[in-house]
Amino acid sequence: MNLTEYIREKRKTKDLLCMAHLVCGYPDLATNREVIRIMVERGVDLIELQIPFSEPIADGPTILAANQLSLQRGTRIRDCLSLMEEVSSQYPIPFLFMTYYNILFSRGVDTFVKQAQQTGGVGLIIPDVPPEEGEEYLTACRTYHLSPILLMTPTSSLERLRLIAEAGDGFFYCVARKGVTGAKTYLSKETDEFIQRCRKVTDLPLAMGLGISSREDFDYLAGKVDIAVIGSAIIRIFEQGGYQALTSFLEKLIIGIS
Amino acid sequence: MTRKSGYYGRFGGAFVPEILIATLRQLEKEFYEAKSDPNFWSEYTSLMSTYSCRPTPLTLAENLTHYFGGAKIYIKREDLNHTGAHKANNVMGQGLLVRRMGKKRVIAETGAGQHGVAVATMAARFGLECTIYMGEVDVERQRPNVFWMEQLGATVVPVKDGSRTLKDAINEAMRDWSASMETTHYVLGTACGPHPFPEMVTYFQSIIGQELKEQMLQREGRLPDRIYACVGGGSNALGIFSAFFDDQQVELHGVEAGGKGLESGHHAARLSSADARVGVAQGYKTFFLQDEEGQMKETYSVAAGLDYIGVSPILANLRETGRVQFHAATDHEVIEAVRLTMKKEGIIPALESAHAFAYAFREAPTLSKDTIVVINQSGRGDKDIFTIADALEDKQWKEFIIKKARGYESH
Repeated sequence: MNLTEYIREKRKTKDLLCMAHLVCGYPDLATNREVIRIMVERGVDLIELQIPFSEPIADGPTILAANQLSLQRGTRIRDCLSLMEEVSSQYPIPFLFMTYYNILFSRGVDTFVKQAQQTGGVGLIIPDVPPEEGEEYLTACRTYHLSPILLMTPTSSLERLRLIAEAGDGFFYCVARKGVTGAKTYLSKETDEFIQRCRKVTDLPLAMGLGISSREDFDYLAGKVDIAVIGSAIIRIFEQGGYQALTSFLEKLIIGIS
Repeated sequence: MTRKSGYYGRFGGAFVPEILIATLRQLEKEFYEAKSDPNFWSEYTSLMSTYSCRPTPLTLAENLTHYFGGAKIYIKREDLNHTGAHKANNVMGQGLLVRRMGKKRVIAETGAGQHGVAVATMAARFGLECTIYMGEVDVERQRPNVFWMEQLGATVVPVKDGSRTLKDAINEAMRDWSASMETTHYVLGTACGPHPFPEMVTYFQSIIGQELKEQMLQREGRLPDRIYACVGGGSNALGIFSAFFDDQQVELHGVEAGGKGLESGHHAARLSSADARVGVAQGYKTFFLQDEEGQMKETYSVAAGLDYIGVSPILANLRETGRVQFHAATDHEVIEAVRLTMKKEGIIPALESAHAFAYAFREAPTLSKDTIVVINQSGRGDKDIFTIADALEDKQWKEFIIKKARGYESH
């Protein structure tokens, strides 16, 4: 089953899926494994593994700090690929890589995409490659049957949304507001209008992320988009209360979404 | 439909999150409109001749020429710009664009603080709100510039992420911009970053080379044989070089920060060492000092303004075409060049600019007397008083600082 089909299938029984994010190697790989186990057990539907980069321009303070700590502790790309290989074969949900373009470019775009696919990844989220710059990247994704998850934003014109819709695959990552990850997002009528504009250009599923942090957000998005993305909030909760807090946070977030 | 713009050979582009694309397109449109408006350039030159000191003088360095006994040495005096460096050219130009766009706030990154001071100055003059991002390490080592930025009304935000230097300040400015672009313009300080910044910054800085050409023809009746400029991001170099791109007889030399020596690994030489590789970061594709997995490395130079991981994509391409040659000067050579220039000419070049001096001094004695060379003095060195005094190991200066500190403590 490909990524889009998986999402559609799951949506038959759930009004909103949950994609959770973590930074590989933060605080360490062993913790990553345990966090992933909890995420899957608590009903997370997709997981994005971020490969740390020294210049993460789309990330706010929480994820930025996690990137740096992971790198300081010596996380290498091969560690992230191994983690992908391990968890993608262990759990029956799709795993995606999120990172920045230089990680691909440095290794060779084709080589990286191939390795991401071979280790069990089903998609890639690379926020600093707009479609204009993505020829090599998008070609490699087609070659190895990996979905390039492109971003749709409130500042994108309808013409650009069409261009993005044409180039992307799997689902689209709708950026809930201007700015970077982590800060609180206030979902509103504007969000609804933005979702409608995205719906206009594609039949593929829509995910919404950036500053999504509460059950209220999930309830708001249920039925409006297909997937809610939760990133910085997970790191913050885990930093404050460890596995216990993460478990109850995910339970509260996911159980009984309708 | 898809449009790839802002490429110089295989370098450049605009690798930014989708949220910023619309803003960059708007900026590109405004810039091209201004550029084709015949009144815009004259508005710009008139501003620069009344608010700054343009045209800047071209000084014949008679004593240095005599001392080396070779080429005739001229110095283009960008240090005599308002705020003491070529940075004002770019900043005032972008300030005029901000007025055309009707934005009310400017943000900028700064390394040494020269660009930050220039932006704070422009913001004060044009009545704009101003936030400057500066790596925490730089805030600590460049306190006098932080003082001036704050006095000029800017908010200085110390950036505590990554290596806490210029590259991290650029990332933070990008993050601010991706939330604030409706009211805010990002005044990028050098010919780097996503399109249209490299082209736009070069355009405003090209005033340096245009003046030089005219001054040279007036004084010598011919063009110079060689031009030397230091290269951090590359804006002063592109500013003085660009007027001469078609004049093949004029050799163009860019001088990077050799730090403690290229073999030491402690340097910021992207185009003159084998240590840099092509990569994509900070919104553009160029040579970066990075590790084998694509993580950016820490760079080093005595001159904070050259201490940067990337370099203008326009210069990266000019290296490949061979039009510009690149070299490195070490900290040690640079300090010697400052010392010599002060003693011989009564001129204090900034440590950044002194890289161009140092390399020119290596070549000057080997050139014939009818050769004419020009060094771009991109900034003045009195701002570097703390660093230069340390490098010269001036005992009395040290005693003065200690006394001063004691004076503050006792209050």
